[in-house]
Amino acid sequence: MAQLNKLSTSNLPAATLDRRQAVPALIEHPEDWLMIGGLAGAAQELTAMTADGPSVYGLAGAMGAAPMMGLGLALAQPQRRVLVATGDGELLMNLSALASIALMAPNNLAIICVDNGHYGETGNQDSHTGMGVRLDTVATGCGFATVHIINTEADMAEGRRLLREGGLCFILLRVKEGPPLKIARSHNPIVIRHRFRKALLGTE
Amino acid sequence: MTEDDNHTGQAAWADPLYDLLRANGVTQFAYVPDAGHTVLINRSLADPDAHSVALTTEEEGGALLAGADLGGGRGVLLMQSSGVGNTINMLSLTTGGKFPLLTLVSMRGDFGEGNPWQFPMGRATPKVLEAMGVIVLRADVPEDVIPTVSAALTMVFQSGEAVAVLLGQRLIGAKKF
Repeated sequence: MAQLNKLSTSNLPAATLDRRQAVPALIEHPEDWLMIGGLAGAAQELTAMTADGPSVYGLAGAMGAAPMMGLGLALAQPQRRVLVATGDGELLMNLSALASIALMAPNNLAIICVDNGHYGETGNQDSHTGMGVRLDTVATGCGFATVHIINTEADMAEGRRLLREGGLCFILLRVKEGPPLKIARSHNPIVIRHRFRKALLGTE
Repeated sequence: MTEDDNHTGQAAWADPLYDLLRANGVTQFAYVPDAGHTVLINRSLADPDAHSVALTTEEEGGALLAGADLGGGRGVLLMQSSGVGNTINMLSLTTGGKFPLLTLVSMRGDFGEGNPWQFPMGRATPKVLEAMGVIVLRADVPEDVIPTVSAALTMVFQSGEAVAVLLGQRLIGAKKF
């Protein structure tokens, strides 16, 4: 079988963090945010962290939507802070969204890429980041002034500080392969839209 | 932005169209640059109370406007017919989630087209939009623009539908080659 080539940019240390602990440890206060979760692991994690609460719009399709949904929400709700958490595969599908977001530079939007280097939902095939594509470099090149990479527990405090202090940022959270936090959640995109809007706006 | 000698002709309907969109609470103008939308794009860039969102691909716009809706905001996606093909799977978020969507589509591969590359997507535009559950309206003469977009605004923001208004090449003018 043909093999994918490891890229010369593949010089990051092996991931050590377990996403089930790392994602909640980084976000700390989910109640502070309006949140968009990219399919599939990130959406499950945000949903689990909020006990399936209404402040999360978790995607189970429309791959590549999460970052731009976060931008639209951040522009519409300038007084609130918006967090997008999404996987490397989801982000890669619409990578140029980072360019569009950086141009708008909303100061109330944070993007976390939970990067496990694999397409976890489809059989754990290597993703491009697993082969060495550097999403932190991409974000910098797109114009994100604040980019932070978390390889180990030691990098976590700076990520938490960036989330606490606000401003547009891109955080690459590198995690091992393995399952996300899970909770039973609605996959009905109409239901979660209604409850999100009801909680935020008081209207469906 | 491509060369185009129809910008001044556009002003007759495009300036009132921008005012109509703003009067209906539209604040997010998302677009991949296109000559057919020149006036709307420039008006949004000059408008301190609007967000002028330059996209790299049209599918970003579908996601952006869904996010806007979650936050109670209203937007419009301005695209060329060639960009409609880029939006297809993103429309599964729009129609699957019953997100309102207003899109104005400047047609190519249409009346008087001189570039053969534009015909496949031009011909397919209404069909693929309808296949994804988007209602398709059309304006081909200046006097149809405001009534058609007014109707679309009601269908989108009152009834929650996804509606595309195709701005025909007869209206916006065929690009000269």
